Amino acid sequence: MSLSTPNSSGVDHQSWHPVLVLSTQEVFETMLGSKLEVASEPPPDDALDVTGMVGLAGLLCGVLTVRCSMRAAGRMASKMLGIDADKASPEMWDAMGEICNMVAGNFKNKISGLGDGCMLSVPTVITGGDYSCRSMGDSTTLQSNFLFEEERFIVALQIHGQ
Amino acid sequence: MNKVQVLIVDDSSVMRKIVERSLRQAGIEIEKVFEAGNGAEALVVLQDAKVDIILCDINMPVMDGLEFVKQLAGVENAKGVPVVMITTEGSEGHVVRALSAGAKGYLRKPFTADQVKEHILPVLAGKS
Repeated sequence: MSLSTPNSSGVDHQSWHPVLVLSTQEVFETMLGSKLEVASEPPPDDALDVTGMVGLAGLLCGVLTVRCSMRAAGRMASKMLGIDADKASPEMWDAMGEICNMVAGNFKNKISGLGDGCMLSVPTVITGGDYSCRSMGDSTTLQSNFLFEEERFIVALQIHGQ
Repeated sequence: MNKVQVLIVDDSSVMRKIVERSLRQAGIEIEKVFEAGNGAEALVVLQDAKVDIILCDINMPVMDGLEFVKQLAGVENAKGVPVVMITTEGSEGHVVRALSAGAKGYLRKPFTADQVKEHILPVLAGKS
């Protein structure tokens, strides 16, 4: 799928929402063997213990985050590696970072002009939910809620600058 | 095809394990897997190790995959060893830069075991 060049005038970033959903679903289906359903509601804030983040810079500046419970993160690592969840726990942070990286990469590769014009940072993973994140500029956020093995999680893309 | 020795270069240990598993699923018989977390570590590994193929990420700290591929030209143990980039950077520009730097193949993440087979088997066959 290709959309208009991001810096062209009049681009409605909300039109990228289906691309974010598709990019996430493809990563989970291909790398975890899981078909993701879109959830109508986000998980409660107190269930969001793990946050994976990847920065985007260039034609599109922003941050892509994947937020979920510790249990969901452990299950994601388990599915990625094809091993039991208890054995996968030490790999949970790394798996979250890599999921974030692949969703961000898959997303930008689907938007015409972003593949070469936007760079990704190395992922960062935060544990604990008691924090707030503040952008230094105007921003738009695209957010999707998903259901993974009966656990809801959030994928969000905060776009800086308009 | 004989058993192969592989060097997997990726800053994610999970991804290194997934790549190894995908190679086995693709029917590639592996004698030994060497791992490195970035290009600089991989250059150190290659001081002692001889491998049949190198599978390398692009976005990594310390030394990225493109710089690593460029530096391989001066590494005795890497002479004639094909490199396949495995990365989220899937644009045409990245592919061209990787191939210009000396990579023999390119595989985008996320990938399936079939895609691993499709992209890596011909490179290994070409080497032998």
